[in-house]
Amino acid sequence: MSQTSSVAASPPSMRAPSVARRNRKRQVRGTLPVLVLFLPPALLLFTVFVILPMGEAAWYSFYNWNGYGLPTQWIGTKNYELIFNNAAFRQALINNGLIIIVSILVQIPLALWLATMVTHKIKGAVLFRLLFFLPYVLADVAAGMIWRFVYDGQFGLVAGIFNTLGMEAPFWLADKQAAMPALLGVIVWKYFGFHMMLFVAGLQSIDKSVLEAADIDGATGWQKFFRVTLPLLGSTVRLSVFFGVVGSLQLFDMIMPLTGGGPSNATQTMVTFLYSFGVMRMQVGFGSAVGVVLFIICVTLAFGYKRIFMKND
Amino acid sequence: MTETTAPIDAATAPTSGRSERLPTRIYLYVSLILVTALVIIPLVMTALGGFKTLGELRGNPFGLPTEWQWSNYGNILFSQRYWLQMGNSLLIAALTVFLTLAFSAMAAFTFAHVKFFGSGFLLNYFLIGLMFPAATAILPLFIRIRDLGLLDTYWGVVLPQVAFGLGMSILLFRNFFRNLPSELFDAAFVDGAGYLRFFWSITLPLSRPIIATVGIISFVGSWNSYILPLIMLNSESKYPWPLGIMVYRGEFSTDWQLILAFITLTILPTVVVFFAAQKHIIAGLTAGAVK
Repeated sequence: MSQTSSVAASPPSMRAPSVARRNRKRQVRGTLPVLVLFLPPALLLFTVFVILPMGEAAWYSFYNWNGYGLPTQWIGTKNYELIFNNAAFRQALINNGLIIIVSILVQIPLALWLATMVTHKIKGAVLFRLLFFLPYVLADVAAGMIWRFVYDGQFGLVAGIFNTLGMEAPFWLADKQAAMPALLGVIVWKYFGFHMMLFVAGLQSIDKSVLEAADIDGATGWQKFFRVTLPLLGSTVRLSVFFGVVGSLQLFDMIMPLTGGGPSNATQTMVTFLYSFGVMRMQVGFGSAVGVVLFIICVTLAFGYKRIFMKND
Repeated sequence: MTETTAPIDAATAPTSGRSERLPTRIYLYVSLILVTALVIIPLVMTALGGFKTLGELRGNPFGLPTEWQWSNYGNILFSQRYWLQMGNSLLIAALTVFLTLAFSAMAAFTFAHVKFFGSGFLLNYFLIGLMFPAATAILPLFIRIRDLGLLDTYWGVVLPQVAFGLGMSILLFRNFFRNLPSELFDAAFVDGAGYLRFFWSITLPLSRPIIATVGIISFVGSWNSYILPLIMLNSESKYPWPLGIMVYRGEFSTDWQLILAFITLTILPTVVVFFAAQKHIIAGLTAGAVK
């Protein structure tokens, strides 16, 4: 059992030559049966539930349709015009951008800082790692509900702090100005552990002799970090940013128990917008158009980011 | 610094594996304990709050309960809904994991070992699934599930979940299969085994680590999933627990002590399993990222 676990952590990735390369030249028995048996289940499921719905979203997005019967009321690009003229959607775009910025400027530096600390040889380092990773394992809905309690202006922990100080407790989640920062706090709380773990893995893969060489050359701790460690962690940083971006674009589960996108759309993201304005009102055409916009943003960012920043990783 | 002193210096340096100097240790512990407090106080207070009365949540927000209200927890533990929701989540997750493993391992095997026309194209086809979340196509997906008559069934949640997990799972399996030592294949082939035999008797038994990784990713994803069940399920008797939390909160709106007890009991399995199998879970959940 312990053997399998160590393999799980590091699959035999570097062993050459691989099966695939060698058997290219050979004709092996059972090629046709294996193709006929092994590919169709995945292919069918993927086509029916991933690719076709995406194509249909593009199709429906040109109609005004409530989802019953067939879409017949063609309205051209009206849905798209409605989306971009919708203040709540613009707010959602801004919020998604904000989440990405906080992820890059707050969450990743925090994660990196903690990663450098929990990779020191100190007692309890592993326990700290576990505790920091714990919020990431919890369901977004549970995390959102826990923080709904924390922020509650009557019974919550924030209220407790304010009351203890003899001040009137705020209702942050019901306040248009405070709700989004409160939400950003929860996002950092929930996800920093994941990014930290990426950095821990990155730090552990750095060759110790490089740092020892820097020591010999008389580098200070800060110099070592900025001149040696950080450049060597480049690919991890790029990966971490990538996940911050992708995560931001999908954010939904956590917002529903916290604010549901309110107050007055102050905490909408693109997915909560799609849910409140497309799904809840059964505006299939409009909701599909939102989906298409989200799709285009996801694909553009994923492709663009990989092309520009991760081409060597 | 001369050559003779250098190795000694390196040996006492933080990175070389010895314990830290005292000031460094103090700085590390103070920072780490502070962050730990921020991480676990909301969780601990949620669990403790479940033992309080509503009045005490207000009057004594941070202390231990003066009188432990075991009935808050007891009533939930003896209620049918809690176990029903746990069961629903478990069933949906089990079906999702099983189908994801079976379908993605088989497809990945053909991509790793079988040379056929269009294999590169097909692999890329599956990888499209990595680029966008299920939410983008949620309305057409709802209509498809409705038209298939799968609305308000477990399958209506399971099948889309499996489909959206295929891209990542196939990628992980394929990379693992490709890196198995080629002598295995040569030996099997000389002995007259075909692909099916090779898959079943040699590849799968060697693939336990990657099966664990993919299994953990898809289990955690399904256990925590919210948006698909929210849209596909109508009857409360079929709700998995994340939906259950929302319903419970709707019912008991400001009875926070009950809601806190409910949250605690629903996340308890996750916390217990996480600490019991932390190594596997962390490796599994970060594997998808690092590959």
